[in-house]
Amino acid sequence: MADLTAGPRGPKPRRAFSTPNIVLYGTLIIVAAYYALPLYVMIVTSLKTMPEIRLGNVFSPPIEITFEPWVKAWSTACTGINCDGLSRGFWNSVQILIPSLILSIAISSVNGYALANWKYRGSEFFFAVLMLGAFIPYQVMLYPIVLVLKNLGDGLTVISNVLGFGDVQIYGTLSGLVVVHTIFGMPILTLLFRNYFSSLPEELFKAARVDGAGFWGIFFKIMLPMALPIFVVAMILQVTGIWNDFLFGVIYTKPDIYPMTVQLNNIVNSVQGVKEYNVNMAATLLTGLVPLTIYFISGKLFVRGIAAGAVKG
Amino acid sequence: MAEAGLTKPLATEGRAVRPVRLLRNATSKVASIPMIATVLVIFIGCSLWTVVYSFTDSKLLPRERWVGLDQYERLWTTDRWLVSIGNLAVFGLLSMVFSLVIGFALAAMLDRKIRFENAFRTIILYPFALSFIVTGLVWQWILNPDFGVQKVVRDLGWTSFTFDPLYTDSIVIYGILIAALWQGTGLVMCLMLAGIRGIDEDIWKASRVEGIGVWKTYVVIIIPMIRPVIVTAVVIIASGIVKVYDLVVAQTSGGPGNSSQMPALYVMDKMFLSQNLAQGFAASTMMLVTVAIVLIPWAYLEFGGKSRG
Repeated sequence: MADLTAGPRGPKPRRAFSTPNIVLYGTLIIVAAYYALPLYVMIVTSLKTMPEIRLGNVFSPPIEITFEPWVKAWSTACTGINCDGLSRGFWNSVQILIPSLILSIAISSVNGYALANWKYRGSEFFFAVLMLGAFIPYQVMLYPIVLVLKNLGDGLTVISNVLGFGDVQIYGTLSGLVVVHTIFGMPILTLLFRNYFSSLPEELFKAARVDGAGFWGIFFKIMLPMALPIFVVAMILQVTGIWNDFLFGVIYTKPDIYPMTVQLNNIVNSVQGVKEYNVNMAATLLTGLVPLTIYFISGKLFVRGIAAGAVKG
Repeated sequence: MAEAGLTKPLATEGRAVRPVRLLRNATSKVASIPMIATVLVIFIGCSLWTVVYSFTDSKLLPRERWVGLDQYERLWTTDRWLVSIGNLAVFGLLSMVFSLVIGFALAAMLDRKIRFENAFRTIILYPFALSFIVTGLVWQWILNPDFGVQKVVRDLGWTSFTFDPLYTDSIVIYGILIAALWQGTGLVMCLMLAGIRGIDEDIWKASRVEGIGVWKTYVVIIIPMIRPVIVTAVVIIASGIVKVYDLVVAQTSGGPGNSSQMPALYVMDKMFLSQNLAQGFAASTMMLVTVAIVLIPWAYLEFGGKSRG
């Protein structure tokens, strides 16, 4: 019986060069080439000299490879009066990224844990509004948040003056941007952690409760060690999200502390001076390098992260 | 809930001393303060604030001088806003249709148990990791009339070939669409692929027995079966479309003229550049309304029936 049906069952035996296969792989290769093309264009353009760019087109490979554009993009390209290149924006972005990453993941993981294991009256309501909040266009909240940040700064100033310290400013500083990233990262991250903690066997939680562990005890001793993979997913999500942000950077910071994306846009789209396409593309590539590295290293975890936002909780 | 699994009498006893539980959950409530504050102050408070102040004549600073629907009247008689809405409609419709069609087609191809599936997926999804600014700048360069696609085709012999979307009023929106699709279709593909993979293998056996072709199976049988995934994708794409901002800023800054304006650019301009706050609030309220029109039916379908999320 088994050997009689062996043929039709299981994977269809296919010859490597059957017509459907050629069409399928051919289409996929063309599609892949199309998607890869802009990356290729960025790389080759950034390695050409300006005379060579003027002679050829965007797709022609470089004849004489030069790294000059990369050096210039990183260290001497001008935005307004600052001529220290993208390096300034890079370090600004790093200074924005690290505290935002820590703060948003710390808060959201606790949120998720509380929502999954320590439900209280109204917790489901807050969670539902948090999820809907992810869909509110940012433009609706941008201006009032400016006021919130200003008031937060004023409030903290009062406290800090009482304690004998100087004034505190939140709006227009890196800390303000960190607060904003923490706020807007919260919906997706909370969903991620809540779903993960809900999926853990409940017996674990119960056993810890019987042993007398409390909210924080269970969180730090049991949940955190088990949630390491999901922390990595959350980090991937946040690093790419925060690094790629443009809108919040423009609104909540000032030119000196602009993140990399904002500075990049200012360098490339500045109207003064001769357009140096090779420097522009080197700068673009430099800005894309951090999320691209994360993407290519993390592989399936990245997919898991973006799927977490899509699969309903 | 925590005591379930113990003997029955104890469990009922646990229910009887619920007030003590309230105290114990106090830690959970304290720990949730950042979330509760975010929900109440930012998502609810700030949104309502903007809606309320859209009925004032605030210019440089918000003030409570009420003017009723004046701002909305002005908004809907402003050419630039009408252009933005027209652009959003065209861009939105096309990017929705193309994202879904291309996303599904790619997912179906990757689902054919092909070799190098991971490599193909990695290549198609990588644009999604990039920022809109990077995407916009790269495509600005590729579509550059002097060095990009137009020049390549002209060099091949078609000297009168014209493809210059970013500097041509009437087609600039398609230049933005190309970049947006390049970046976004990978995500849709991934969602669809996850949906297709979640379908029982028996469906395939059944359709083979019935003699239904592979592509017909995908279109006629699989698409209806992954309806929840498609709905999710529609919601994600739609909320992305309404927000589109960075991409346009990087690619065209709304130009040439006002031809690639989008609602988000209008809002930002009114609020932070031309000191016409209330006009910006009114425009952003319209954006909120647009999202609500998409979102409320979905939320109702998705979460309406069951109280537990």
